Amino acid sequence: MFWRKKDKNVQAPEEVQEQVQDVVETVTESPAIEAVTEQVVEVEIPQVELEPIELPKRSLTKGIKSLFSRIKFDVENLEELEDVLIQADFGVDAAEAIVQEVKNRAKKSGAKTESELRLILTNLLTEKFGRDDRALKLDNGVQPYVILVVGVNGAGKTTTIGKLANWLTQGGAKVTLGAADTFRAAAVDQLATWATRSNSEIVKPSIEGQDPAAVAFESVERAIANQSDVLIIDTAGRLQNKQGLMDELGKIRRVIEKNLAISEVLLVLDATTGQNALAQAKAFTEVANVTGIVLTKLDGTAKGGIVYAIQEQLDIPVKLVGIGEGIDDFGFFDASEFAIGLVGES
Amino acid sequence: MFGNLSDRLVETFKNLRSKGKLSAADIDATLREIRRALLEADVALEVVKNFIAAVRERALGDEVSKALNPAQQVVQIVQEELVTILGGEQRRISFAKNPPTVIMLAGLQGSGKTTLAGKLAKWLKDQGQTPILVACDLQRPNAVNQLQVIGERVGVPVFAPEEGNGKGNPVSVAKDAIKHAKQKQFSVVIVDTAGRLGIDEELMKQANDIRKATDPDEVLFVIDSMIGQDAVNVAKAFEDGVGITGVVLTKLDGDARGGAALSVAQVTGKPIIFASTGEGMDAFEPFYPDRMASRILDMGDILTLIEQAQKSFDEEQAREIAEKMAKDAFTLEDFLDQMQQLRKMGSIKNMLAMMPGANKLKSQLENIDEKEIDHTEAIIRSMTPKERKDPKILNGSRRLRIAKGSGMTVTDVNGLVNRFEQAAKMMKTMARGGNPGIPGMPTGMPPMGRPQAKKDKGKKGSKSGNPAKRAAEAAGIELPRADKGGSAFGIGG
Repeated sequence: MFWRKKDKNVQAPEEVQEQVQDVVETVTESPAIEAVTEQVVEVEIPQVELEPIELPKRSLTKGIKSLFSRIKFDVENLEELEDVLIQADFGVDAAEAIVQEVKNRAKKSGAKTESELRLILTNLLTEKFGRDDRALKLDNGVQPYVILVVGVNGAGKTTTIGKLANWLTQGGAKVTLGAADTFRAAAVDQLATWATRSNSEIVKPSIEGQDPAAVAFESVERAIANQSDVLIIDTAGRLQNKQGLMDELGKIRRVIEKNLAISEVLLVLDATTGQNALAQAKAFTEVANVTGIVLTKLDGTAKGGIVYAIQEQLDIPVKLVGIGEGIDDFGFFDASEFAIGLVGES
Repeated sequence: MFGNLSDRLVETFKNLRSKGKLSAADIDATLREIRRALLEADVALEVVKNFIAAVRERALGDEVSKALNPAQQVVQIVQEELVTILGGEQRRISFAKNPPTVIMLAGLQGSGKTTLAGKLAKWLKDQGQTPILVACDLQRPNAVNQLQVIGERVGVPVFAPEEGNGKGNPVSVAKDAIKHAKQKQFSVVIVDTAGRLGIDEELMKQANDIRKATDPDEVLFVIDSMIGQDAVNVAKAFEDGVGITGVVLTKLDGDARGGAALSVAQVTGKPIIFASTGEGMDAFEPFYPDRMASRILDMGDILTLIEQAQKSFDEEQAREIAEKMAKDAFTLEDFLDQMQQLRKMGSIKNMLAMMPGANKLKSQLENIDEKEIDHTEAIIRSMTPKERKDPKILNGSRRLRIAKGSGMTVTDVNGLVNRFEQAAKMMKTMARGGNPGIPGMPTGMPPMGRPQAKKDKGKKGSKSGNPAKRAAEAAGIELPRADKGGSAFGIGG
């Protein structure tokens, strides 16, 4: 769900728009809702009323397949558990910490049986992954909401944008896509295909290889002019150790922020990525202030356990997951679904 | 974060230094660290387990070299085993006796197949081949288009009868492409295929059908060097589903340690043929197993470094100096002695360059002027023995005399004296509190040369304006922790 001004013709002055945050009371139904409590801001000039727009429900249905189903849990010897966590890319340190915690809890509760241990682990992971800021923050009434999508090469940025745009337009939102990946061959065309599929507008570079910041700027102008609800900006894949490219990303961000606040900066992470994902998250957060992770390619055999360390160390929530190449193949991350998927039924 | 392998091995070495013989417990301590390092580098767990078992067996055997200390022996065995698994020597692409040679690319989504196809085409073209690219990725939106753009960039024709985006049959495109290539006498056919998951049976069958239809001379499995534990599953799936003849590792210009290389090589037994190291169409090179081994371990040439340090530094002397420092009896004379010791180890720059993780410090290494050491030496040599023992007596006229005698200025002399005093203070503390340094290294290196604070200000990780002090800090604490980066293979890349 996201929030939209009721009467699009009423354009409040800018200062007011900024104040109109958190105007409405919302009911948390869809995971896409940012839980906002009743909090009316006093404004003198005519209030812009927001109406909630229902978006199609999404959940992590195809999800991950458990690695744990084939091991026996034994409170005396949880080494195998550690191995499984390592194989799910949690990393050695996180795996050791989790196993220790499971041991402690088992000791406290006197858990002995395998199903008890599985439950402890499931609960532990659910707890650790659980947080209440998973929804996309599309609720402050200052439209268009801007979503900037970043990540390394081949993580699945463009595909994610296609899916996200389609989901938003299905819910009745007007979406504009900004093709600021001016580097990779045919990236603009690829995004254009998704724009057609998702009924979104697209802003393309006017010349080949144009400065991506310029494209981002034009996208913002267009999205404001055509009264879009959401503007999603695609960026070129860049490895996080390439300083020049990371600086470029900082510039894109600054250029957007000249005219609009960025609602979400989504870092797209390939679930098959190992420990380097942590370095990616660090570097991108530093430059682009990442607000959420999109974990893609979870339909394969990879588990994406590194997001555990990312959340622990950088405090960034996983917001979306990608589970295939189809336009509907994505869902909202759900801590308990993820934990159950990983651990298997107890 | 936790230190890298070098840091932890240094810790292990410390405990082992005094012992002459390698016990099973020593080996296990070292191997525990190596296990962790491999896992942190994303080498798959099962591969790590097998690997560690093999190293352990060798280390316990009689294969003991007297030149190295026990821990070093273990590390050396590790290095050798790594290189062996990664492929002792490079393998080249095999060309068909009767052209065209067919090269098929396969891999997961986003591993970099299409970009690689372009690089490979360019590389072959530069070698005088006449390659043609074939667009068999009819799945991903505009993949065909992307290949066409790339083909144009590298000046290689693209066979793309289908527009893709879900339309068309890649198997028949592949079949037609071979016919076309024969007719038009292209020497190499590069078949780009759609990214697919190992568990997607339908798409794996399709890949196998493409293989059957084209009878390729090489089926190259393209894999992202950032991939984690799943590398084994993916590699097995492609080996079983399509059958591969070689591996290409992509995105090696990133800072991932690339343990996947080891997993894939071990699991498939197939050689890694190429490394892809950037987005430019030229960023493509043969794979070097030894460099990759160092990168995975994040070790640098630590063996050589340790060897040199041990050879040139007299332990007896080290102990004397340490005692002097503790007693506050450290003089400029000792300072000179130590510097000469360091000299014996070879150029400071070269020595630091051998340190693991030194890549990041390259720019700082550039700031170390070996001449500064000469200058320092000249100044000390221009002092009387009495002055060297007690720098406190150095008044203005003595300093002027020394400056004249050494061909330096009074400011230089003052600077040296100040640094010496600081260093003596620092060393005193270190000598009392224990010194974090690599084994065999002098107990705290004396500072030398003029401070270069101005140049270095604001530079990350450089705490001291003095190059040698910085080097000492680096050797002990900072340096190994500095991230890798820069060239594709870390050091020596």
